[in-house]
Parts: sequence; structure tokens; C-alpha cells
Amino acid sequence: MVNMMIDGKNVSAPKGTMLLESIRGAGIAVPTLCAHEAISRSGACRLCVVEIKKGNRTRIVTSCLYGVEEGLIVDTKSERVLNVRRLVMELLLSRCPESDVLQKMARDMGVAPQPRYAVDTDKGKCILCRSCVRVCEEVVGVSAIGLFSRGSYKEVGTPYNEKSEVCIGCGACAYVCPTGHIEMISTGDRRKIWGRTFKMQACPKCGKFFAPVDQLKFISKKTGTSMEELSVCTECR
Amino acid sequence: MTKPISVAAKTRQIVKKHGGGKSGMIAVLQDIQEAFNYLPKEALKTAAKAMNVPFSRVYEAATFYTAFSLKPRGKHIVKICKGTACHVRGAAILQDRFETTLGIKPGQTTADGKFSLETVNCVGACALGPVVVINADYHGQVTINKVDKIIKKINEEGAQS
Repeated sequence: MVNMMIDGKNVSAPKGTMLLESIRGAGIAVPTLCAHEAISRSGACRLCVVEIKKGNRTRIVTSCLYGVEEGLIVDTKSERVLNVRRLVMELLLSRCPESDVLQKMARDMGVAPQPRYAVDTDKGKCILCRSCVRVCEEVVGVSAIGLFSRGSYKEVGTPYNEKSEVCIGCGACAYVCPTGHIEMISTGDRRKIWGRTFKMQACPKCGKFFAPVDQLKFISKKTGTSMEELSVCTECR
Repeated sequence: MTKPISVAAKTRQIVKKHGGGKSGMIAVLQDIQEAFNYLPKEALKTAAKAMNVPFSRVYEAATFYTAFSLKPRGKHIVKICKGTACHVRGAAILQDRFETTLGIKPGQTTADGKFSLETVNCVGACALGPVVVINADYHGQVTINKVDKIIKKINEEGAQS
């Protein structure tokens, strides 16, 4: 265990954990977009910044990636922290003006769209946090999507923007996306995601379409569970 | 003459040379580009499978580096350096001259498939600025008068062989 001072409170945390957890554990709110329990941390959204003090020096770090340290003095609401956070928010907002998640966050932080930043119209709601790519690789294990090109051209998608052969239509990417950029449309026995339409499996007991057939096949192949067993939805099983 | 070899077979050969896994990916992509002058979709797919790396990761790398091209390119690739030193010595005028002479913009290829025009940010030969690299030949202190001579020379060499 290490002992720290967070916003004037004495907090102890197990070694190897990240600052973000300690801060939230102490009941202090920190805005985040890309930190998700299902995937590894990346520090992409940069909203979780805090000011840390070691000796006589202070600096700004992303709390989601900064490991706890003995004797650390953390300030989560200093003027410097709020300035950085506001700037990050302003930039995110000018990239994705349509995202309601960002709009609400900005309102809560008292950030208004800044006329000095040209508003992007071609980026959708994507903030390039790579959460969807991570979940597809780390949790699902198919790596159907990626972030392609670079700089201002960077965008999320499937290679060549074609229908992916490896995508199983699970929708994990849409689930972890913090801003709602990834579109998944489920209508009856069909689900459309990444330009591909998946056939949904109907539960033989309740008749509900609960998962894409391709996803069940993938799970069956991976775990050895029979398709008959998987065809029954989790509620009826 | 070696007998023609399929894109997939050539790609597998290249991957075998560098070994599987993502650590050799850039080397593999470079060799594929050298073999086909660009990165064909089929080669990328085959390489991903042979290296045991997801196709999306390979495509990420292929689109990230400007040195890789996903479109077929001309036989001769004209790279105009637009780094700071070359820029102040008139790379923009040179680019203009190449564009009008070849009738293409950067990133395009002439209709006969002979020339592709590209701009690069620095080739590390600033003392020779403005630099134009054509295939593997570095042309230093290029002037607009030299542009036509260089292209003429390449055209003549091409006609002989």
C-alpha cells in the first residue's frame, strides 16, 4: 500500500494501481471518455488530467495511466488542471460538434464551442480514442477494425472500407465507443454494422433475436460449446 | 528470365525471408512494395495471413507511412523534396515545373504509367537543395532548366532498353 494526498485527503491505494481509481475511490469525480473497464488504458482522450506534486515540482499527468506513488500530492481541481481540461474539451468539441455525449460533458464543464477552432464536419463523432479497436483485439479477438491513415485523415474502419470477413457482428465496438460514433442498426432478424448485414439468431424458447449467428459460431468454435446450446438466449438457458 | 510468379506466392516468399509476427512487418511491406512497385490488396491479405497478424493491423501500417503506396505507381517515381532547405531554394517552382511537364499533380501517375510524382518532407541531403530523387538517383541543385533535361534523359534511356 502507498499513501497519497488527494485534494487534501489522505488516501492509500494498493501498489500497481492507477491514480484514476484512487481519485474516484476517494469520491472525487474525474471526467473520462476512453477509460473503460473492459479494455487496456491508452490515455487517448486526455480529459482525466490531474496535477501531481513530487518534492518542489508539479506537473500534469493523465491519471488513468499514472501509477500510484508513495507521498504523491494530487490536485484534481487546480486552475492549471481545469485549464488543460477545458482546452482538451474545446478541441474535442470542435472535432465532433454533433456528439451529444461531448455536448453534455462540455456543458457540465462550462465549455462553449470556440470560434477560434474551425469546426470539423467530416469526422462524425469519432475522437480517435482507439477503444473500439482495442476491444475488438483484446476482448473479442478478431481485430476486424483499425485506425487507418494518419494525421487529419485518420479514421476508424475496416480495411479498404470493405465488408470485413472476420467481423462477427458482436457490436462490442459500438458498446465501448464513448461518443456513439459507431453505428449499429438492429431490425428484427438483421443487424447492420460496419457496412455488413448479419443474420440474427432467434431463441427457440422465447423467439427473441438475441445475437448474430456468426458470433455464436465464433463462440462455439472458440469454447467448444455446441451451437444448439448457444442458440438458446442467455435468459432462457 | 525468371518465370512469372503470382502475387500471393511472391508475398509468401517475402514473409518467409523475414519471419512471421508483426516485428518484421515493415520490412515485409517494403519488400512487397519493391516487388510490385506498390502494395496490392492481395499481397497485403496474403502477408497478413502468412505473418499471423490481423489484416487490419497490416492495413494500418500500410496507410500510416507515406512511403507506402496502395495505388499502382509509375515506372519512375519522382520525389521532390519539400523540406525547409529545399523549400527556400525553390522546391515549389520545381514542383510547378514537374507538374506542367508531366501533366500530373503529386500523388498521380502519368497515363502511360511512366512517371509518378510525389513530394517528400526531407531526404537528408539538404546541402544539395533543392533535391529531386528519381528512383534511386539523387539530383542536387536542380533548376527548372534541368527538369526537362532530366526527364528527357530518362525517356531516352527507357527507349534504348
